[in-house]
Amino acid sequence: MSHENMNLTLKVWRQKNTQTSGKFVTYKAEGISPDMSFLEMLDVVNESLIKKQEDPIHFDHDCREGICGSCSLYINGRPHGPKRAITTCQLHMRSFNDGETVTIEPWRSTAFPVIKDLATDRSAFDRIQQAGGFISVNTGGVPDANSTPIPKVVADEAFNSATCIGCGACVAACKNASAMLFTSAKITQLGLLPQGQPERWSRVQAMVRQMDEEGFGNCTNTGACEAECPKEITLMNISRMNNDFFSAKLFREEHTHDHSGNG
Amino acid sequence: MSEFKQTFNSSLGKKLIMALTGLFLCTFLIVHVGGNLLLFKHDDGFAFNSYANFLTHFPPIEVIAYLLYFFIILHSVYALVLTIKNRRARPVGYAVTTKSPTSWSSKNMGLLGSILLLFIVIHMGDFWFTYKYKDILPFKEYRTNLATNQTTASEYKPEVPTFERSISTENNVEIVRVKDLHSRIQWSFSHLWYVVFYVIAMVAVSFHLLHGFQSAFKTLGWVHKKYDGIVSFIGTWLFAVIIPLLFALMPIIYYFQSLNK
Repeated sequence: MSHENMNLTLKVWRQKNTQTSGKFVTYKAEGISPDMSFLEMLDVVNESLIKKQEDPIHFDHDCREGICGSCSLYINGRPHGPKRAITTCQLHMRSFNDGETVTIEPWRSTAFPVIKDLATDRSAFDRIQQAGGFISVNTGGVPDANSTPIPKVVADEAFNSATCIGCGACVAACKNASAMLFTSAKITQLGLLPQGQPERWSRVQAMVRQMDEEGFGNCTNTGACEAECPKEITLMNISRMNNDFFSAKLFREEHTHDHSGNG
Repeated sequence: MSEFKQTFNSSLGKKLIMALTGLFLCTFLIVHVGGNLLLFKHDDGFAFNSYANFLTHFPPIEVIAYLLYFFIILHSVYALVLTIKNRRARPVGYAVTTKSPTSWSSKNMGLLGSILLLFIVIHMGDFWFTYKYKDILPFKEYRTNLATNQTTASEYKPEVPTFERSISTENNVEIVRVKDLHSRIQWSFSHLWYVVFYVIAMVAVSFHLLHGFQSAFKTLGWVHKKYDGIVSFIGTWLFAVIIPLLFALMPIIYYFQSLNK
């Protein structure tokens, strides 16, 4: 591993706000340590921009340890950059070569409008989640631990789906800007477990309807989402969602469709 | 009823229609290639012409045929609607094209499907429409000696213009008079550009089904470790290799036969 500092050329998408159209601006990133994360590299570039009294590059970030789902960035044609199963904050500059040109774009989707530069509004995901991504729990006495038997394989599958951090890389990677990997993971994590059964059939319908309303595209089982997902959520989730949706729509009692009052 | 409308207007409902119509068209291909294997028989088109005659005069096949045409249209229209919606979902494209590891065919289903639609229009115009609605095809008479099972073929000029077919037996000789679609196939496949077009279309079938067959099962939600291997095996070997290869061999063999005449 090289410990010498690197110089990079950045082509960064700059966009003033949602209403205006953006364009690429080229910046030099000089003296970058290979041990920096990609976001720290952007911090260094922003420091220099601030010193020059220029507008720093806006990008989303929060935990910087790969679990919050805030950071995004479409780097050289791939969401979260060239490495598999990590977020942008976990991407280190040693994954790039000295002198390389790096193109940085925001997630591009109608449902994720650009707020400024590389920061997008991903609240569409929140609305999908709010439409049905919850379970009802009655108050009362505390149940005994492990009183609800769940086979380990089922628990494992549900937990795998639950690792989705809602970053939106699936939408960004999808050629159709489809949100089906996200939505299906959120449906599956509850639908597999006994606690999620009461709302299982209404949940899948409500969440799919919200997903459609947000203006996401339609899945073609291309699999770019599962290849780019930092948490390695699989396409299997989409098949499970489809199965539950068709089952609910075509074979379940109609009253199971009533969920949030709007049918 | 509105429940159904809502279902099929949803993103998943549209995908369901794509999957079901697609699988129906896949099943049709098995029947189509099976019947057309008769083209490989060296019998002056006796078996093939009899088969074509049977298909066009057997009512249940007629019903399925119109269902088939309807499903082709439905599959194409829904593909168009979904593609338009998908384009709208990303109005500003990426400057750097995707480097995500995905299969070529899965990213080019629209292109492959468009080639196939063009092919289907030309293919049906040349054979199906010519057979059913144009009076340009000649007739052939096949005389089979029932004792020796030997068949001889000859041209037949119908006495009435509305003649369709006839089967009769005279002195232990079976006489079958049918429209000679086989001659039309020989004529069409004697043109090199036409053969090349057919082969290109069959390559498109191969890549379209390499993704399409397996994708349909994913859309339907029929995914399970126990069956994934079988689905992928059938989708790859039967639908993306054997069927397109057999279809492509037909124009190629007929072209080389035409050179030897």
